[in-house]
Amino acid sequence: MPKLILYIFRDILRNKIVIALSIFLFAVSFVLFNLEENSSKAMLSILNMALIITPLISMIFAAIHYYNSYEFIELMLAQPISRKKILSSEFFALGLALSVALLAGLGLPLIIYQSGIDGIWLLTTTIPLAWSCIAIAFAITVNIRDKAKGIGTVLLLWFYLSLIYDGLILFTMFSLSDYPLEKITLGLIALNPIDLARVSIMLKMDVSALMGYTGALYKHFFGSVYGFAFTFGILLLWIIVPLFIAHHSFQKKDI
Amino acid sequence: MIKIAELSKSFGKLNALKNISMELLGGQLTALIGPNGSGKTTLIKSILSLVKPTSGRIEIQGKNIGNDDNYRTSIGYMPQIGRFPDHIKVYQIFDLLKNIRKIPDHMLDEDLYLEFNINSFRDKAMGTLSGGMRQKVNAAIAFLFNPRILILDEPTSGLDPISSEILKNKISTENKKGKLVILSSHILSDIDEITTHVAYMQEGNLIFNGSFEDLQLKSNEIKLGKAIAYLMRSQQSNITQ
Repeated sequence: MPKLILYIFRDILRNKIVIALSIFLFAVSFVLFNLEENSSKAMLSILNMALIITPLISMIFAAIHYYNSYEFIELMLAQPISRKKILSSEFFALGLALSVALLAGLGLPLIIYQSGIDGIWLLTTTIPLAWSCIAIAFAITVNIRDKAKGIGTVLLLWFYLSLIYDGLILFTMFSLSDYPLEKITLGLIALNPIDLARVSIMLKMDVSALMGYTGALYKHFFGSVYGFAFTFGILLLWIIVPLFIAHHSFQKKDI
Repeated sequence: MIKIAELSKSFGKLNALKNISMELLGGQLTALIGPNGSGKTTLIKSILSLVKPTSGRIEIQGKNIGNDDNYRTSIGYMPQIGRFPDHIKVYQIFDLLKNIRKIPDHMLDEDLYLEFNINSFRDKAMGTLSGGMRQKVNAAIAFLFNPRILILDEPTSGLDPISSEILKNKISTENKKGKLVILSSHILSDIDEITTHVAYMQEGNLIFNGSFEDLQLKSNEIKLGKAIAYLMRSQQSNITQ
């Protein structure tokens, strides 16, 4: 299995989309650091960009990769090797390749411009987020045979998680602003890995001071060791649960 | 070697395989024949447990293929379309499969690898190969581990006449050594000389399963193509009656 992961990993690294993602992230972060006088403002822009681009590319690329590897998976399944090992190899290879792409695209500029602890937070949250997005994409694509339908569904889910979900939370908070909703909102945030990543990084940056009482409350929570464990625990769940669903469906699936 | 008992498979409303029972023994070269959508590929995929049957059993060398993956060590499979990750090199594919199968080098069967001269393009990326070259790689892989059962889905499609002849000779030699070969093909004239048994499928039913000689006697034809045409005709008259 390590060899299978290695070969798939190397194959993905040579893929144009992964290389383009790396170059794009690198170029944009570089430009943002140069344009903004204030480096924490630049960090905020990079954060927003990274949290839109990373889930999008991770999900779509994982879906495309799965469908393109279909015949290869079929050939591998004709070998004496279990389905679990094959799907896991594909998952780990994708995760590793995208992690390398993120480290090169985001990590390098962050190191060059000495972004310090904020930069580390950004990377340590974005990378698990990418893994979680791959797992989510697998859980969907394994269950949908048709390529166009599968990629379309993944795209819709990304749209929902990155844009619509935020709107819904804002709407709830706004219409129920007379009630103490802090804890409920926290629960709602945990139901969306992208939101969770965004909120947890933002609250580690200086900008959270601008967010008033709620911001202060969350900063208190996310800043604590408990909050740290909460963020990573939930992100980990967002990797394990979709991956479990993908494995479960893949096991019974007709290839 | 392979025993199939009351095997059925349905995809939703479509019954791809209807209660199929057959036994395939070593030394047979069974041509699996039937029109498109007759269930040939589903049957092959069931044997490889790529498709999970709705009901029925498949035994390979006396063992029920349940959730055990190891039985596939005795099978070499050549799919109809073999696509590989684009950036993997030819030698890496061989390396990878050797790593999975874990068979010592001296037990490998590299005849096709040498005869197809795969060494000459071993450093090329799979994505740059032509369809025929990919098919050669697929064929070489199916035979590489000296499996006792060979399952070949349209093996000669996409191959040039010379390579196709090499492959046919190889299939025949391995078959004569006592291996079981299951071969599906549309080009019947291609497999005329090497076939020993015929399994004819139509709409998920196994219409005929027996030796080629029996079929020749039954149909009064020598050529496989004409014998099959006879089967199809008799099938049609059954329906009209």
